[in-house]
Amino acid sequence: MTQPEAVAPLLDVRDLHVEFRTRDGVAKAVNGVSYSVRAGETLAVLGESGSGKSVTAQAVMGILDSPPGYVTGGEVLFRGEDLLTMGGERRRRLRGAKISMIFQDALSALNPVMSVGAQLGEMFSVHDGMTRQDSRAKAVQMMERVRIPAAKERAGDYPHQFSGGMRQRIMIAMALALEPDLVIADEPTTALDVTVQAQVMDLLAELRREYRMGLILITHDLGVVADVADRIAVMYAGRIVETAPVHELYAAPAHPYTAGLLGSIPRLDHKGKELHAIKGLPPSLTDIPAGCPFNPRCPRARAVCRTDRPPLFDVAPGRASACHFWKETLDDAG
Amino acid sequence: MPEPEPREPGSLAPDEAVTPAGGGASSLATSDAETLEGGPIPGGTASGKARSLWSDAWHDLRRNPVFLVSALIIVFLVLIALWPGLIASGNPLQCDLAKAQEGSQPGHPFGFDTQGCDVYTRTVYGARASITVGICATTGAALLGSVLGGLAGFFGSWGDALLSRTADIFFGIPIILGGLVFLSVVTGGSLWPVVGFIVLLGWPQISRIARGSVVTARQHDYVQAARALGAGNTRLLLRHIAPNAVAPVIVVATIALGTYIALEATLSFLGVGLKPPTVSWGIDISNASTQIRNAPHMLLWPAGALSITVLAFIMLGDAVRDALDPKLR
Amino acid sequence: MPGNGEAILEVRDLVKHYPLTRGILFKKQVGAVHAVDGVSFDLRRGETLGIVGESGCGKSTVAKLLVHLERPTSGRILYKGEDITRLSGRALKAVRRNIQMVFQDPYTSLNPRMTVGDIIGEPYDIHPEVAPKGDRRAKVRELLDVVGLNPEHVNRYPHQFSGGQRQRIGIARGLALRPEIIVADEPVSALDVSVQAQVVNLMERLQDEFDLAYVFIAHDLSVVRHISDRVAVMYLGRFAEAGTDAQIYEHATHPYTQALLSAVPVPDPRARADRDRIILTGDVPSPAHPPSGCRFRTRCWKAREKCARVVPPLEIPDWFLEGGGPEAHASACHYAEERPSPE
Repeated sequence: MTQPEAVAPLLDVRDLHVEFRTRDGVAKAVNGVSYSVRAGETLAVLGESGSGKSVTAQAVMGILDSPPGYVTGGEVLFRGEDLLTMGGERRRRLRGAKISMIFQDALSALNPVMSVGAQLGEMFSVHDGMTRQDSRAKAVQMMERVRIPAAKERAGDYPHQFSGGMRQRIMIAMALALEPDLVIADEPTTALDVTVQAQVMDLLAELRREYRMGLILITHDLGVVADVADRIAVMYAGRIVETAPVHELYAAPAHPYTAGLLGSIPRLDHKGKELHAIKGLPPSLTDIPAGCPFNPRCPRARAVCRTDRPPLFDVAPGRASACHFWKETLDDAG
Repeated sequence: MPEPEPREPGSLAPDEAVTPAGGGASSLATSDAETLEGGPIPGGTASGKARSLWSDAWHDLRRNPVFLVSALIIVFLVLIALWPGLIASGNPLQCDLAKAQEGSQPGHPFGFDTQGCDVYTRTVYGARASITVGICATTGAALLGSVLGGLAGFFGSWGDALLSRTADIFFGIPIILGGLVFLSVVTGGSLWPVVGFIVLLGWPQISRIARGSVVTARQHDYVQAARALGAGNTRLLLRHIAPNAVAPVIVVATIALGTYIALEATLSFLGVGLKPPTVSWGIDISNASTQIRNAPHMLLWPAGALSITVLAFIMLGDAVRDALDPKLR
Repeated sequence: MPGNGEAILEVRDLVKHYPLTRGILFKKQVGAVHAVDGVSFDLRRGETLGIVGESGCGKSTVAKLLVHLERPTSGRILYKGEDITRLSGRALKAVRRNIQMVFQDPYTSLNPRMTVGDIIGEPYDIHPEVAPKGDRRAKVRELLDVVGLNPEHVNRYPHQFSGGQRQRIGIARGLALRPEIIVADEPVSALDVSVQAQVVNLMERLQDEFDLAYVFIAHDLSVVRHISDRVAVMYLGRFAEAGTDAQIYEHATHPYTQALLSAVPVPDPRARADRDRIILTGDVPSPAHPPSGCRFRTRCWKAREKCARVVPPLEIPDWFLEGGGPEAHASACHYAEERPSPE
């Protein structure tokens, strides 16, 4: 703990494995994921459905549905301490106070029969042992922080009386109430309209700077990532296929899957032409292809891709790509 | 050991593409899919057979011990209801007063009742009344309830309001009081007034379930899609709504069957249901209840048979529900 | 070329109000949700009209009105000159053959108890005159092939397919009767990015192949721009602005369109620094109690007294007509003007 904060990562996920044991076989949802987040940094975990991005976060938070989900290997180090092996009570206390989570669907994540003021206040009275009155005042203060108009009057309202954007603000207020070191936001704005999404993302970015938190932003939206992230980890079939600082990744992807995703977005100069869709479908997690999991869909695939699983090659300082032909991919993109 | 969720399209969130669950179970949906070129994904063809939801449910049921046990009991009960002679050689109405209330003896394992009738034979023959009343009443209530509830749910408007309020009125009738009044007017002591009464009080429960599930099914996009194609109401109801709304009705009806059997026994116990010479567990329990101190065996056997029967149907209903709707677990 | 043909669909002053009622047996109307409140547009053969808007703006109701799943409160929908809103029975069924719909949710838009073959073949059961009984099986296989699915899979059930494949099945069903118009309500928004692109490509290919006119409804501005010839922006039951894709995306004059466009995250981190975003305050008002005058005035930074009083008509502003050149297009704002470009 004597290392300077800038060097020691806040959260260090190492070689995490998660599987789901289902009737149709074992689904390998996360297969050796490693990433780290430093204080004050925003890491975007980008992937499509079934990529394992949310499952990884659930395993980190310790909220994986078990059964059917099981963590079968790896470490999750929070300030150097492994969350997976620490006692349940200690982990529970870290959750909410030091690591908190923002969910996609605020309506189902909030208790429908408790006023939002009471729910926010509970955070303070349970974790900090505040009195009822103090915690209520703190709750209103928090609601003002996330810019809910007429916070004092609305503290007695129930979640369903708020609009989607306002509810997401309340979720953010709850996640930040105890000034955690790390916030995991799982598709925080996916359910919101564009104009409201912009409001909420702005608020989140501002509060992150103010509190100097680490933020893991889990999303499928390449636009949102470009707007707020410092670094990106792209996931496919339960693995990280590419990590890079955000500017470098958008300028020149080093993995064909990333390149394919970027090509799938409609752009101005593609008008009237075909979009560069990635052919085929993501693999079944019960039956991930041998070699590189992306090889059946990859335009660059050769014999080696069907037999040898590519490790994460170091491409440049702070950049890595799990592709045998990262050099060619990078050259073509540049 | 909890069974993993079978694939149930209805249970997938609409925004499956972005829910956390999409990381785990739902991505399995692609396991037997093919690439866009039409060729199968290598190694992904193992489960290429067409599987309907009913066969999925059957697949689940076959592995569920609760289902297997309850189904075995029910098959056994139905068999002895049809052919009691299979396991009982005596005549339930042939009694010997001299042996009244005697305990177990060779050839008469359950002993004798107050009239000197063989308790074993009467317990076996009693299954027929219970099973017949149960099945007939359930069929009647399910048909009446699902047709009325289904139509009300589909067409809505004033007919729906009228039906719902009527059902509420029937719900308000206390069953025992209603039974005492109804069955003392419609006399006879045979099966049919009892069946009739149970149908009369039972259909609102089924109609409520049927109405609810039709209302849910009606809102699905595939019904809208068929409507946009120009499909008429008959096609919508029979082809699109009924097959998707029938599962909850089946579940509730199966559980209701158990309670109807208990209700028949209760009414017979009170003396307004079935009457001798019909052999019924309810009648036997009623006769035995006065002698419970000196001859408990008279109560034990018919009451035990009744409990096991009711339990079997309720367990079956539970198992069927689990198989048809994994979300309810 | 798209957009040059005659108008096959003319929509005039379309209004749909859903009554809000109270009481159980004797219902009393206590208000109305103004889902669609005076929408007019033309659709020409072979072109794509995109309708964008946020949730609750009424775009899905427009789709339902076009395919006759709902009857409008007032207004007309002319298909080749004939008003179809009051049709019923045989005449309605005939029109339905020509206007089909593709739904948003690939998980609920296919009947889980029917095989894919039955789903795609159902249009022929309903309209037996389109295909003789013996031909149907072959037609279904052909349709599967057209939308890029394996014809061998006719006997499978929907849950054996992924989201993108199900959407293809939904498209095949919509194509079965060889319609002239397809109304697509958020057809790709439930799909993953890479699959989304496949379905958009498919829809564009089918449009060329079958000379289809699309009404493409979505909230994703970049997808709408990619596929549309003309675009209408909808807010609280009305069109705020309408024009060609370039007119709307490059020369927006309505404040709402400008805010919407500026709020879309751009998938390019370099754009972060010079983004000039308009962050709207507040939420969309309830369509049960829409604001008087201009619907957008409660969130608009330009709103003045006139906006509360006078409903701005959707027409080309005078200054635009005179000096606008090819950029001139209709905008429902009293103070319509282009934003100074960030460069």
